[in-house]
Amino acid sequence: MRFPRSFVRIFLALLAVALWGPGARAADATIKIGYIDPFSGAFAAGGDASLKMFQFIIENINAKGGALGKKFELVTFDDKLQPAEALIALKSVTDQNLPFVMSCVGSNVGSALIDAVNKHNTRNPDNRVLQLNCGQLATELTNEQCSFWHFRFAGSVEMRAVARIKSLPASLKTVYLLNQDYLFGQSIRDDTKKFLALYRPDIKIVGDEMIPLMQVKDFSPYITKIKASGAESLLTGNYGPDLALLIKAGVDAGLNIRYDSYLGHVIGAPTAIGAAGDGRLTSVMEIHDNISVEENNAAQEEFVKQWRTTHDFGFIAINSVTQFDMLVRAIEKVGSTDPLKVALALEGMEQKDMFGAVNIMRKDDHQLLNPYYEAVLTKGQKYDVEKTGMGWKTEFKTTVADETLPTTCTMKRPES
Amino acid sequence: MQVGLISLLDGLVYGMLLFMLASGLTLILSMMGVLNFAHASVYMLGAYFAYQIDQWVGFWPALVIAPVLCGSIGAAIEVWGLRRVHHNGHIAELLFTFGLVFIIGRGVQMIWGMLPMAYRVPAGLDFPLFSLYGENFPAYRGFMLLVSGGMLFTTWLLLKKTRIGLIIQASLTHPGMVSALGHNVPLVFTTVFAGGSFLAGLAGVIAGNYLTTESAMADAMGPIVFVVVIFGGLGSLAGCFTASILMGMVQTFSVVFDYSFADALKPLGVTLAANDLLGEILTIPMSRIGPLVPYALLILILLFRPRGLMGTRET
Repeated sequence: MRFPRSFVRIFLALLAVALWGPGARAADATIKIGYIDPFSGAFAAGGDASLKMFQFIIENINAKGGALGKKFELVTFDDKLQPAEALIALKSVTDQNLPFVMSCVGSNVGSALIDAVNKHNTRNPDNRVLQLNCGQLATELTNEQCSFWHFRFAGSVEMRAVARIKSLPASLKTVYLLNQDYLFGQSIRDDTKKFLALYRPDIKIVGDEMIPLMQVKDFSPYITKIKASGAESLLTGNYGPDLALLIKAGVDAGLNIRYDSYLGHVIGAPTAIGAAGDGRLTSVMEIHDNISVEENNAAQEEFVKQWRTTHDFGFIAINSVTQFDMLVRAIEKVGSTDPLKVALALEGMEQKDMFGAVNIMRKDDHQLLNPYYEAVLTKGQKYDVEKTGMGWKTEFKTTVADETLPTTCTMKRPES
Repeated sequence: MQVGLISLLDGLVYGMLLFMLASGLTLILSMMGVLNFAHASVYMLGAYFAYQIDQWVGFWPALVIAPVLCGSIGAAIEVWGLRRVHHNGHIAELLFTFGLVFIIGRGVQMIWGMLPMAYRVPAGLDFPLFSLYGENFPAYRGFMLLVSGGMLFTTWLLLKKTRIGLIIQASLTHPGMVSALGHNVPLVFTTVFAGGSFLAGLAGVIAGNYLTTESAMADAMGPIVFVVVIFGGLGSLAGCFTASILMGMVQTFSVVFDYSFADALKPLGVTLAANDLLGEILTIPMSRIGPLVPYALLILILLFRPRGLMGTRET
């Protein structure tokens, strides 16, 4: 069998590119971070929003000179919110010798990555990779599954549950739990129950529902059920379409109760809910645009204004700003991007956020400890979200001390 | 009881919505033998068009213009796309519509972005029609029922009582004979494809603001519509209708149904705990797996009655 000559030429050209590519990259003057998130599929909007926030953060960091005189650069991979796809992406990350891999969406994806990174780093001590978790929240990831190679720069479900439960009004007596049936939703349900029993034993759980992730189109039957239960509040960890459709169906059916969410501030929900949701949706978050006004913080207001010139949705990832501040300091301290050295430098690191609160990267479980805000979506705020005319208004706030919870992590550390 | 009555209405609305989508697909599938993967994408286009027209001139013009636009796009797809790949066989046609899904999906994201659109129910229909045991039944849902019911009636009238309908029905079973009698069969195909796309677009217009208009809405609706079509059976609009309503009811009632298989076994004297053999699966309440029930039904019908509920021929 003979190949046409043109095929051979193309093959040789591709081979040349393939051989030359990685070598050229290694000599690059940038610090590359493999970034795996859903950029297509049901939660593409979330991945896209997250990417925009990181690009914004990295532009700011690079303008200040990056780290070791090198600029940061994101190499993106689409995982479609599927652990299997994320593992394929991780393979590309390690094949390209990238020192860092980052992923924000889907605790099931995070869990799969932790396992895979552990195995990879054990087998390839000369080509290790450090996992930066920017939003996979299941508490298990820094407890049972905790790993030396995994750093979580976002509050665990447990930490959010503290703010969520403490902020519930004293008059509230009955709640209905509705969560997505996968690692994250189960984590939310368990921790919500745990802290309800601890802080608010007077509150009765009148319903406990699990729904298949991103499968339900019409939430009306669930609303009927919630209505029949007589609950005064719907407590949910849903995000994306699962949250938007749920609250929309509730508002349409005239279900006049509190909608107490964990992730209502994540992109899409405010638009879907619309004006009818005024003063009903609450959420637990790291930051929202109106804190700058409430706390008279000029530095944040400047940041918010800069962000809003080019974006419609609110900036919700102050923890990711902290993540990059810490990463820059760690890389500068050890003078390289070697994953082991950077990991050791990150352990126990303290970093002031733009409100002056000292965030801590706890050494025991590699969990970032940061304060939380509980806020309600309502009209009449200086900065609205997603052009809805409604903005977040703080109702409750926790401190780093409140959020410092015991961990069950027994970490296996590398011998070096 | 009160939950039952409200759920009945919920199921009916959802079932009729499914029918609007599935009826177009079943017509195309049974006539042309093409499983049009892009059908749900046209539904999404309908919603985005409606949003855009709603922004410019209002909801009522959108209700007419958006489906017509979708119908024209359908006709264009058939004339310049499907007809060309037709002689390469069904696989080529299948792959062609499969490719369209990605192109339309990406196109929508590039034009309108990834955020959900603020496509709202028109102010004139934004009030509770009546209240049942304290739960409102929005007027817009009544409107949806009205539109889908009207559509069902019109389609039936068109197929059964007009000359065009007669030719379409004949082309369904004997395309060669119809062609030999001097009818323009390709034109009939184009008409059917455009008509199916029109219906999908109409479904998009009225569902886009009831659910949400976002770039993932096609992916969300696509699989369940296929289930309806296969379940209902090829070449049968009545089967499609029955299947749609059934699926709507099944999904709605499985949510309010807090029982598991283990509960069903209890009267037989069998008690299961979560740690028994198969216990973990059998003790999951129905409400937790509700949205997956239609797919289970699909498998059952393919096993025991491959032609579907009222299908006139094997799939």
